[in-house]
Amino acid sequence: MDTLLEILNDLHPDVDFETCDTLIDDEILDSFDIVSLIAEINNEFDVNISAKDIIPENFNSAQALWALIERLEDEE
Amino acid sequence: MSITSYSFLLFAGVLFILYYLIPRRFQWILLLIASYVFYCFSGVRYLGYILATTVFSYIVSMKIWDLKRRQDARLKLKKDEFSREEKKAYKASVKKKQKAWLVAALLFNFGILGIIKYGNFIVSNVGSLFGASGDDLFFHLALPLGISFYTFQTMGYLIDLYRGEYEPERNFFKFALFVSYFPQLIQGPISRFGSLSKDLYTGHAFDGRQVASGLQRMLYGYFKKMVIADRIITGLTTISGDPATYSGTFVLVGMIFYAIDLYMDFSGGIDIVIGLSQALGITLPENFKRPYFSKSLKDYWHRWHISLCNWFKDYLFYPISTSPAMLARAKKMKAAGHEGLSRRFTVYTATMVVWLSTGIWHGASWNFVVWGLLNGFFLLLSQELEPAYRRFYERFPRLEKNALWNAFRIVRTFLFVSLLCMFDYYDSVSTVIRSFIGMFSSFRLSVFWDGSLLAIGLTAADYWILLVSLILVFVVSWFQEKGRSVRSLIAARALPVRVIAWYGLFLIVILFGAYGIGYDATQFIYNQF
Repeated sequence: MDTLLEILNDLHPDVDFETCDTLIDDEILDSFDIVSLIAEINNEFDVNISAKDIIPENFNSAQALWALIERLEDEE
Repeated sequence: MSITSYSFLLFAGVLFILYYLIPRRFQWILLLIASYVFYCFSGVRYLGYILATTVFSYIVSMKIWDLKRRQDARLKLKKDEFSREEKKAYKASVKKKQKAWLVAALLFNFGILGIIKYGNFIVSNVGSLFGASGDDLFFHLALPLGISFYTFQTMGYLIDLYRGEYEPERNFFKFALFVSYFPQLIQGPISRFGSLSKDLYTGHAFDGRQVASGLQRMLYGYFKKMVIADRIITGLTTISGDPATYSGTFVLVGMIFYAIDLYMDFSGGIDIVIGLSQALGITLPENFKRPYFSKSLKDYWHRWHISLCNWFKDYLFYPISTSPAMLARAKKMKAAGHEGLSRRFTVYTATMVVWLSTGIWHGASWNFVVWGLLNGFFLLLSQELEPAYRRFYERFPRLEKNALWNAFRIVRTFLFVSLLCMFDYYDSVSTVIRSFIGMFSSFRLSVFWDGSLLAIGLTAADYWILLVSLILVFVVSWFQEKGRSVRSLIAARALPVRVIAWYGLFLIVILFGAYGIGYDATQFIYNQF
């Protein structure tokens, strides 16, 4: 989770990712951010987040994103 | 049948009465019949195209679903026998078969679209490479109504189905209605099955408020289309049709005229179809969020033609940028020490592919190809400049909330977007470049007061009508931008105010709609896409 928070903070240093749960709803993360994020996650965790996983529920908070990574790690 | 014609109003009126007279469970059947009747008005010969897409897509949807159903049944049966690896391999083999069906549908549906819409463009360009020219190269196929819109909507449905987002519609006729629902055939919006299907297939009781609200929105759409767009287009056609005569300042005037015309035409049409659907109890997605209030190009593309942008984002941008091959390539770049390149590679490649496709979607010409690529390029450029912007606002923190600064950003974005739109209405890329250069080299301010603007097909009365109408649209948009609805504000007023407001607008459309002897409302611009 710490690594994920680090990646997110690199992307938007001005956002408190530990508490924010409206990253998509409030348009804090846009499509460019999401793709950069997926590439970084792929690098760090070796999981492939595919287009079908890109839904607000998976990207609205760091916790939700972490749950997705764990789920994908489990599947792989 | 144009939706600004009397015959359409008669058609919609009859449909509306029948819709609320028949039992609710039959309403969707009436909509299907109405959609096909509407389609026939555009030419019975085009029926084959939409039927082919409907039938083949239905078969593919059933195949994809059947494979999934059989997979689930087999996995359940072999629950204790399959190892984790065997289960994974079996699922992968099923996915492969589903993918094959999806690819077949992609080739079939986009193949039809490609041949009809882009065949001549490809043939003429390939032909010119070999020195051939002339009309004999071309095949003459007219564009069927709404082909880009229903093709994209149907393909979105199949991709979602392949991704397992929902179960398919098993009733062929209900599926046919999803593909052909007539209001969105004209110029969208491109709907998603998950949200539209519930409204299409569920019966709706008459709801006076919804109906009134829908009719009001239609009226506002007719106002934008007939009073503004169909008036201003006269001046635009004169300017763009003779770029040699109308150069210099006229280019700037034409640029602004087109930006107004395009928005009023497209969003007016969308207001009409969303309003009509609302009167029938059906919610269509919004396609605009006051795009000319955008403060940047990126902001603009979040507010303009939203349903198409979302389609490209979900079905092209994300699949390309998150594909294992792209990610693996980016990973290799990072390992080789090219961190910056690796970070940009996926986003930049996908962005340019999406914008090339968006350009091509808009039309088969080099103008649209250049327009698309320029949009992609400037979006990426502003992405590159993002850190500089951030530093700038850190240095001047109060500027971000400064009204004057934000007004400047809005005007700048409007002018920039209007500039890119020159590729829409000039006949070639070279004409756009020549006109653009001429705008600066032979700029004459006197054009605004020496009567030149009265010689392009618009009278002084036309300019006054346009000015007052644009102020009205601006005020309505301003309220919307502040999160307030003018319709709700009017609805909260006493009856005489409501009557004056809506009958007033009705009279404006009747009196100031761009009518005349032999007048025929111009085709919607997005109709041809």
